[in-house]
Amino acid sequence: MATNPFKAPEPDARGSASIGKAVKINGQIFSKEDLYVDGDVEGTIELAENKLTIGPSGRVQAGIKAREVVVLGQIQGNVEAMDKLDIRKDAKLVGDIKTARIIIEDGAYFKGSIDIVKLDAKKAAAPAAASASGTPVVAEAKR
Amino acid sequence: MLPDRLKSIFRGSSGAQEESSSPFKGKGASVKEIVTTRQSRGLEQFFGDIRDQSGLSILDMGGACQDNINFITSLGHRITPRSILQSLDETFGGVAEADQSNAHQIESFLKNNLDYLPDTFDGVLLWDTLQFMTPPLLNAVLERLHFITRPKSCLLVYFSSEERAKESPVYSFRIENKTTLKLIQRGARPTAQVFNNRGLEKLFARFESVKFFLTRESLREVIVRR
Repeated sequence: MATNPFKAPEPDARGSASIGKAVKINGQIFSKEDLYVDGDVEGTIELAENKLTIGPSGRVQAGIKAREVVVLGQIQGNVEAMDKLDIRKDAKLVGDIKTARIIIEDGAYFKGSIDIVKLDAKKAAAPAAASASGTPVVAEAKR
Repeated sequence: MLPDRLKSIFRGSSGAQEESSSPFKGKGASVKEIVTTRQSRGLEQFFGDIRDQSGLSILDMGGACQDNINFITSLGHRITPRSILQSLDETFGGVAEADQSNAHQIESFLKNNLDYLPDTFDGVLLWDTLQFMTPPLLNAVLERLHFITRPKSCLLVYFSSEERAKESPVYSFRIENKTTLKLIQRGARPTAQVFNNRGLEKLFARFESVKFFLTRESLREVIVRR
């Protein structure tokens, strides 16, 4: 199949938002979709339900909160990844981490502390699993 | 001289070998990686000591590695990894005759690696890093470690027991379980000091106690109590 030469390449086939290499942002970023950062960001990044990817050229000086974080570039700041944090080879992260799971490849630079936060209690309380399966959540008082 | 492969068999190697770049010799030069596993009484004592506790802070001076992070966090503790040998080379230069006595460089090294509040850590995994430090730096590091660890906390340290060795293998220490370590040897680097038991007692004089574990291999395991 021929590709359209006039169509700009998308950063992510799944249609996440993207901050390109030549972009610099100073401030707060809130997103309700996945975000790919390959530029410079200074401030805070929050993606409560989504995945944040810091590309190889990404330089982030920010506190980060996201469901999942993948680091290929550089982060200076504390990272809270509700589900998973993935620090790839050649990535650099300076800051304290709170996450449920962490993957750190040999060759990655990390300076800070790692706290593994168990999500069992949160998951038990959240109706997410029930709603995902289509089952309505019913509160029932037993005597 | 025995080839590396044969040496690893004598040590009880698991046999896995792969090429990697040396952290010290020639930076980028290709050296063989030798993987061995060993039982460690020191490790057993270290984790036995913090048994039945959770939420402790452990400083791992061997750098960030998946095995150690998984193991320590699975026990419910917080881990703070610091790659002390890498920082040693960055601060003082990765050369055999590196001068580690400059007061400004020592201060910078401490600031980069051990800049924590008093009583921050409940345990420190120093592995074999101390033997690559010359007296001025070593004393400053031990003084700082004493400052940032809680009373009764433990330090786990390894020293080469080959007294005539001018250089020691560089290992990456990976925790497999409470009693077993996987050692990944990547090249060697000059040993700054070699200690006998008496020397180690003097070295850790400011700490409460020092306990030695003799092993068949040329590694001396030491548990130091703050």
